[in-house]
Amino acid sequence: MKHTPVLKRIRDSRLFWPLAAWAIILLFDAIVEPGFFQIGIMDDPVYGGHLYGNLIDVFNNGAPLMLVAIGMTLVIATGGVDLSVGAVIAISAAMGAVLINPALGNELITNEILTRDATNTPLPLIILADLAAGTLCGLWNGLLVSRARIQPMVATLILMVAGRGIAQLITNGQIMTIYYTPYFWFGNGYILGLPVSVYIVALVFLLAWLLVRKTSIGLFIESVGINAKSTYYSGISEKNVKLLAYTFCGFCGAIAGLILSSYVHSADGNNNGLNYELDAILAVVMGGTLMTGGRFSLLASVIGAMVIWTFTVTVYTLGVPANALLAAKAVLVMVVILLYSDYTRRFMNRFFERRGPRHGTAN
Amino acid sequence: MTEPQNIVTMKGISKAFPGVVALEDVDFALRRGEIHALMGENGAGKSTLIKVLTGVEHPDKGSIELAGKPVQVRSPQHSQELGISTVYQEVNLCTNITVAENIMLGREPRRLGSIHWRKMNELAARAIKRLGIDIDVTRPLGDYSVAIQQMVAIARALEILSARVLILDEPTSSLDIHETNLLFEVMRKLKNEGLGIIFITHFLDQVYQIADRITVLRNGKLIGTFETASLPRVELVAKMLGRTMTDLDAMSKVKFKSEQQQADQAHLVEARGLGRTGSLEPVDLELNMGEVLGVAGLLGSGRTELANLIFGIDAPDTGSLVVQGQRVSRFSPLESLKRGIALCPEDRKAEGVVGDLTIRENIILALQARYGWFKYLNMQKQNEIARQYIELLGIVTPSPEQLVKNLSGGNQQKVILARWLATHPQVLIMDEPTRGIDVGAKAEIQKLVLQLAEEGKSCVFISSELEEVLRISHRIVVLRDRKKAAEYSGEVDDQTIIHTMAGDL
Repeated sequence: MKHTPVLKRIRDSRLFWPLAAWAIILLFDAIVEPGFFQIGIMDDPVYGGHLYGNLIDVFNNGAPLMLVAIGMTLVIATGGVDLSVGAVIAISAAMGAVLINPALGNELITNEILTRDATNTPLPLIILADLAAGTLCGLWNGLLVSRARIQPMVATLILMVAGRGIAQLITNGQIMTIYYTPYFWFGNGYILGLPVSVYIVALVFLLAWLLVRKTSIGLFIESVGINAKSTYYSGISEKNVKLLAYTFCGFCGAIAGLILSSYVHSADGNNNGLNYELDAILAVVMGGTLMTGGRFSLLASVIGAMVIWTFTVTVYTLGVPANALLAAKAVLVMVVILLYSDYTRRFMNRFFERRGPRHGTAN
Repeated sequence: MTEPQNIVTMKGISKAFPGVVALEDVDFALRRGEIHALMGENGAGKSTLIKVLTGVEHPDKGSIELAGKPVQVRSPQHSQELGISTVYQEVNLCTNITVAENIMLGREPRRLGSIHWRKMNELAARAIKRLGIDIDVTRPLGDYSVAIQQMVAIARALEILSARVLILDEPTSSLDIHETNLLFEVMRKLKNEGLGIIFITHFLDQVYQIADRITVLRNGKLIGTFETASLPRVELVAKMLGRTMTDLDAMSKVKFKSEQQQADQAHLVEARGLGRTGSLEPVDLELNMGEVLGVAGLLGSGRTELANLIFGIDAPDTGSLVVQGQRVSRFSPLESLKRGIALCPEDRKAEGVVGDLTIRENIILALQARYGWFKYLNMQKQNEIARQYIELLGIVTPSPEQLVKNLSGGNQQKVILARWLATHPQVLIMDEPTRGIDVGAKAEIQKLVLQLAEEGKSCVFISSELEEVLRISHRIVVLRDRKKAAEYSGEVDDQTIIHTMAGDL
């Protein structure tokens, strides 16, 4: 029994499918665009020497999505979904922009003030406000879902729509440019040659991993996602488990908003983090977590996010115009859904089983 | 070649799952116009045999003939087309759509491409009348009791026009005596129409009441097929268990012993006028240390409601509940857990097991709930607890990492018991713990209940099987129409209780 054929064990692993999808895209890149994997060292006047190349871009630009995918994984594992993460990103970005704005409190905001590389608010406070805003949004979603018992899709739809309005209210309806060099560090800086955002993702991933695997929260989340009623009957507060998942998802969205606004040097209530909720859901699904909840893998979701960004960068490298990106993504979504269908899996299992034993017995 | 009256002939069927051989070289034959009981303990292979016949599983070896013609049942749909209809143990219908829709689902009469609602309701009403019950088929299924839902499931199975074989998997486990007799009437009628009926049940009485032949399986092997008339009960049980019934004999002695031990102690649990509008009229109830309190009553008499009130699933709106001298003010499962009260709920699938978690995870769930989020039991400790209870309760599994949904009903029930025993409760409420599980596991659970009582714990044992309530209870509370009707000592005879349940006393 212990000796399941190696191939089968690999195929049963949660990481198999997202890694396979990633490998296919990278292989495609290797053939079509041999320069894709080139990584060079660039001497940046502001941030010093650092690596650059398509793969670094995937990590750097994909960081917000990876963060959101981590939070989304927990929410989906409880059997819910959070449609508001894109809006949460916008709120968090707006919060940062408005606090950095040196004219804060002044009635007249001139372009001259906005383009001054200065702020009156201490940076830690800005970051704290960013994170607090997003976390509060998550808490709100969590309360609606767990206490008011509104269906997750409807509950988070409220903030998905209202959130962008809130973001615009914060910035007074303007697209607010940010001019404050220390703030840019999060989305553009480098540590030891690697983008800062990579470290942030690693840190949040570690935090999430500790939270779900070193406490009982992970088990409770899976249990709630599989059978909320049985879980409740076992003495677990399924309400608090859900509340935590949504709050954490908001927190992740807030960090994503921080990085994103830092990267693009602006806060735009309408466009910051647009469609991120859908990409995050796709990333989680690619990571093998069922939309109905239950077992999840944080790492698989992050790889799922990586697949989406590698795909995006690939499409750009091929010279596909930006406005065709969504159409190209639709193809990706379709392939993923087909690949993950029960039918395909059964087919693959049968396919491998017919030839698998030869490998299996050899071991 | 084969006798022409055989409608189903299965030969040399084998099926293995990872780690388990579910069926090994099993032969089975069903005649036209017979009721054939399929008997065996949990994990004996009954369900797998049925799954093979209905195309849910494909056999590794063996052949199936239908009316003399070899067939390969490809899928459940295909088996229906071949005329094999099944009603499963747990009702697998949709409670949020109407009775008529449930019966006709997938076979809706159509007119101009859309569903012909009036005709559909007529057809459904006729199908349900055939079973001798009269309900409004246009109301949602969820409005009716589990018993009626079961009847609807049977009506649905019979609606398949070409049905030649009807499989009833534990159809009577949630029916009361009246409803069971009704079902038996229908079964006899169908039998006379020439249908072959495979009847799976754990009620021996019912087998002897209705079955023509009995096939016994044990551990995936065929023990034999017998004419019911020529197989005495004791022999049947011995064949199913592979051992004798001494376990059950020993039980009554344990009961007496603990009864003597039980002195006048303070009540562990004391309910005064505990009730909830629309669910249970106010009841008085005491629970002592080291006793088994049996709760008897018909379906819908308030048995489950009582359990839910004490365990805190529902909050009472009248009366008081005192546990170990402290008045309970907050009602929730978690609070109960902390107070040492445990509940094995009635609906094992929906309220008990978490199917996609492993046995280990299911067992530690309640204990971990008490420890909270941040005091996570380490893997070594989890394995230790899981192994301890797997061994203690005799849960049959290749490994603690097996998913619970892959276990048989009896083993799932044991996992839920293990989950609660791991929290070392003072009060263990069991709502129908032996429903739908085999004689062997039943005896083991009953024995366990008495053992717990002997250790000084107090158990509330709710069951629709009077015989088992009588056998293990020190006191018996009878509920009727959501009220406490009477309370008896354990020495009461079954006639008294039946009359109390029926309201003649």
